[in-house]
Amino acid sequence: MNQTLCRTPLYEAHLKQGARLIPFAGWEMPLSYKSILEEAKSVRSHAGIFDISHMGRLRIAGKGTVSILQLLTTNDIEALSVGKAHYSLLTNPQGGIKDDIIIYRTGENEFLVVVNASNTSKVIAWIESFLPQTEEELHIENITPYTAMVALQGPKAQAVLEAVLGTPDLIGLERFSHRTITFKEDETSAELLCCRTGYTGEDGFELIFSQEYAPLVWNVLLNAGATPCGLGARDTLRIEAGYPLYGHEIDESISPVEAGLMWAVKLDKGNFIGRDVILEAKRLGPKRRLMGLLMHGRALPRQGYTIYHENREVGVVTSGTFSPLREASIAMGFLNTEVARPYTKVEIEIRGQRHEATVVPKKELLQKPHAEEKS
Amino acid sequence: MTLIPENLKYSKTHEWVRVENDVAVIGITDHAQSELGDVVYLSLPEVGRILKYDEPFGEVESVKAVSELYSPLSGEVIEVNTTIIDSTEVVNEDPYGRGWLIKVRMSDPSELDKLMDADAYAKHCEGS
Repeated sequence: MNQTLCRTPLYEAHLKQGARLIPFAGWEMPLSYKSILEEAKSVRSHAGIFDISHMGRLRIAGKGTVSILQLLTTNDIEALSVGKAHYSLLTNPQGGIKDDIIIYRTGENEFLVVVNASNTSKVIAWIESFLPQTEEELHIENITPYTAMVALQGPKAQAVLEAVLGTPDLIGLERFSHRTITFKEDETSAELLCCRTGYTGEDGFELIFSQEYAPLVWNVLLNAGATPCGLGARDTLRIEAGYPLYGHEIDESISPVEAGLMWAVKLDKGNFIGRDVILEAKRLGPKRRLMGLLMHGRALPRQGYTIYHENREVGVVTSGTFSPLREASIAMGFLNTEVARPYTKVEIEIRGQRHEATVVPKKELLQKPHAEEKS
Repeated sequence: MTLIPENLKYSKTHEWVRVENDVAVIGITDHAQSELGDVVYLSLPEVGRILKYDEPFGEVESVKAVSELYSPLSGEVIEVNTTIIDSTEVVNEDPYGRGWLIKVRMSDPSELDKLMDADAYAKHCEGS
């Protein structure tokens, strides 16, 4: 089985650190090094590093790029200036979500698109299917195989990175802005594309660079005090932050209206794929909404578990984890609109037993518990 | 390498048993806690429940998986380690000590012969 899995340029480094490796989206990735919860806590209190080289990285360039990205994605690419990045969605003609992506504008007609590992081939095929009807010049290059990507996340991320760089150079780098930085170690000097983004709810940076520098970058960040973190911590942190993951909170059958992602959909920017359907869905209002769920105990709800309200089935869990921040389990799930109101009490069936939970806005999952919620 | 104390008995489902007269102290092994990762939830029986050999008596859940607990012996539950319900990390930190789960008054001590000693359990772990 392992022979068919891709390995990142940090595979050997993970083995050396005793990581537990698991197959994920066709890649052999670290689940955790020591403890998922300890790794998650280190990101909340200090800084952690994640190998996210499995994420798909596509370079798209040429005169036709702006118009094709404007057609295929929901955010307004015209409003994105060089040196900036934004969150966006690729939608299908039915208004469902093909993938959620980050687009970096690296030049007037040059973009870097970061997509989910599980969707890389699908997204490339989708974009390429529009090439025959594009009259202007357009190139797509999948740079995933020869680049690496590392996320440095946590309140001390900037301090760690500045210590490594030897300059207080990053203070001015705003959230969702990117610039090239240089790592020097002995004779080697590595150029990294550094963007102030992340998937943890903390401050932090995502670094993209030539794969040959991966062990150097990883070790330099480790030596500067960052904790190596695996996909287990990444999942726990993104659920605490209320961020969606493709295959859980979003997929081709889920509309951005239901998923609470309309902030990334610019309906007034002009036409894009699925716009009419999304516009109509917004007008009618969604039948279900994605909400946060605070469990009253430790029992852990997982994807697919049924949510009840007054003994009626009212929804389904999309992701769940134990939150080290709250010391209780938390989840996200779709709820019928009539019960998708903050602080509604619901029950989640976990292996035959109903467990109480409180519905909350997703952004409240990350907050430290209030006294009244504990009752 | 996981810890497998010599003085304990082991089940194939990775519970350990420490015999104290007619009472069996039961927990999960170091191998089990290590495979599960961070334990976050324990479902344990009430005191007074009568357990049969190999009967499910609870659940241990980690961030990544849930695993059923099987009684390695028949008998009555006389004590439950309720102190760890809200500090489940103790099961990871000290599985053979503070992380014990239940105490059972054995109704058929001959069932101890069905359990493995440390050597046999070590081989069992290698094979799994």
